[in-house]
Amino acid sequence: MRFSIGESAMTELLIRLMRRPQGFVGVALLALIVAACLFGPALAPYAPEKIDFLGRFRAPGWQNWLGADQFGRDVLSRLMVGARSTVPLAVIATFAGSAAGAIIGVGSAYLGGRTDEAIMRTNDAVMAIPGLLMALLLVSTLGNGSGNAVIAIAVAFAPGMARVTRSAALNVRNQDYVKAAIARGEGAPWIIFREMLPNVMAPIVIESTIRVSFAVMLFATLSFLGVGAQPPASEWGLMVADARQYMHQAPWGLIAPSAAIALTAIAFNLVGDGLRDALNPKDER
Amino acid sequence: MSLAWFVRRLMLMVYTVIVVSILVFAITQILPADAAQSLLGENATPEALSALRAKLGLGDPTWLQYARWAGHVFTGDFGISMRTSLPVGPEMLMALSRSLLLAVSAILVTLAVAVPLGVVAALRQGRLTDTGVSLIAYLGVSLPEFVTATLFALLLADTLHWLPATGYVSPLENFGDGIRHLVLPVLTVSVILVAHVMRMMRSETLDVLKSDYIRAARLKGLPERTVLFRHALRNALLPVVTIIALDVGYLLGGIIVIEEIFAIPGIGRALMVAITTRDLPSIQAGALIMAATYAVTNTFADMAYAFLDRRIRYD
Repeated sequence: MRFSIGESAMTELLIRLMRRPQGFVGVALLALIVAACLFGPALAPYAPEKIDFLGRFRAPGWQNWLGADQFGRDVLSRLMVGARSTVPLAVIATFAGSAAGAIIGVGSAYLGGRTDEAIMRTNDAVMAIPGLLMALLLVSTLGNGSGNAVIAIAVAFAPGMARVTRSAALNVRNQDYVKAAIARGEGAPWIIFREMLPNVMAPIVIESTIRVSFAVMLFATLSFLGVGAQPPASEWGLMVADARQYMHQAPWGLIAPSAAIALTAIAFNLVGDGLRDALNPKDER
Repeated sequence: MSLAWFVRRLMLMVYTVIVVSILVFAITQILPADAAQSLLGENATPEALSALRAKLGLGDPTWLQYARWAGHVFTGDFGISMRTSLPVGPEMLMALSRSLLLAVSAILVTLAVAVPLGVVAALRQGRLTDTGVSLIAYLGVSLPEFVTATLFALLLADTLHWLPATGYVSPLENFGDGIRHLVLPVLTVSVILVAHVMRMMRSETLDVLKSDYIRAARLKGLPERTVLFRHALRNALLPVVTIIALDVGYLLGGIIVIEEIFAIPGIGRALMVAITTRDLPSIQAGALIMAATYAVTNTFADMAYAFLDRRIRYD
């Protein structure tokens, strides 16, 4: 299947994606999240760091729709502004990890034989290090902070993506147009990037979309553990970590960012699964 | 399933552990912290520092440092903790045993909950029960452990006061109290596992129910109960072995967060403490032990799979 990025193809894909209720909910949630990332700071009712000592632990109501935290900061405003320091970074990390994994996977399939075997065995061995552990080790070496967390997540994702891409690329490797390119005497970079990679885009896009939800969770987890985003950022994982101490007085401070993380993860999961269904008409499940 | 396949699989496991040890060493060696400096403190004289560096072999080429470290690890010597000045190995293995208790309990809970739910969802495909199960599965994989842990603690410990919020009591010393302290962490770890296994079980059961041998069994006139339990379930359960083994990797990662939140002195917490205090030997030992545990579990799961599934011939 050729994955062309023409405008009409994209529209058709979107229509097929929206046809099922799961896909529709996913796309709607995703649109909401994108809107929060783009216009969050402009639409937020308060400044995210605006301290109001009279409004400490104020319950959700007309003043603070989702309540206020231990400094009287508006939870909704912090969430809306925090979308920017959570979601785009998770997307960037996933994109970088997927790109690296895809190149390794396609390259390995192209080389084939013993080289492929050696690369994939080593790749599998690297996957023995759990994602969070790998990310923690890297961040502890590179230093705490959002930027390093993004690098760590990208590295942790690459082997998994390499495995997924490689299994798709093995089929492509045996197609006539690849054999023809080899017979024409094209170089390895041409065959990998121009012949094989475009034809394994579909599984890569599906897998990456689902993986963004893991990236959001992993990023929030790193921030929660104190090695990702640093205070006073209103990154969602950090907000949960902050609110934990005050969960008796202000459970809303805890529940709101938790729900934001969950909804974002659900959105990417739904869209990823929807894409899989839309791109694989054979599979009826 | 031949002997050659077993040997090959074991060699693969050894290769995995070697690759992991190189990676762990490489990542931790570029830590900006100078081991000698952190051992002696800020006020150390330059002479003392260089003497200790020479003693620790910090000036040697990296491959030599790795070989020395790997040689010691091979004999079970993980070095001395920079934080406690105690041998790292025994401490880490003790911590691992507590983590394994948590992990094994979580897997048992998962199997008990997820397998029946997955089968029921498959049998009632497209109906309300199925939709409900799928929704729970979606929610399960979309909540990070620190969120589930915090929400469970908020509900079961802080609001309802049913369970202790944090802490660890060895079930060997006080069984009842030990179990009570285990409930929240086990519940938290199980959430994502249940979601995975449930999804897997559902799709496997659906596949198996569509297969020719199930149709044959039904056409033979066997009662539906026999078809389901003796023919369908047996085959649908097989891939669960694999997914559980793969989830051990997730489990080990999740344990880091959960032990941190519930203050369980397992290997995850030991690793977090090591990372925050830059205790190099403990970081290396913890990471290596965790990854090796995963490699070993996966190898045994593969072997169990090969043993259970006689249809597959490996050679």
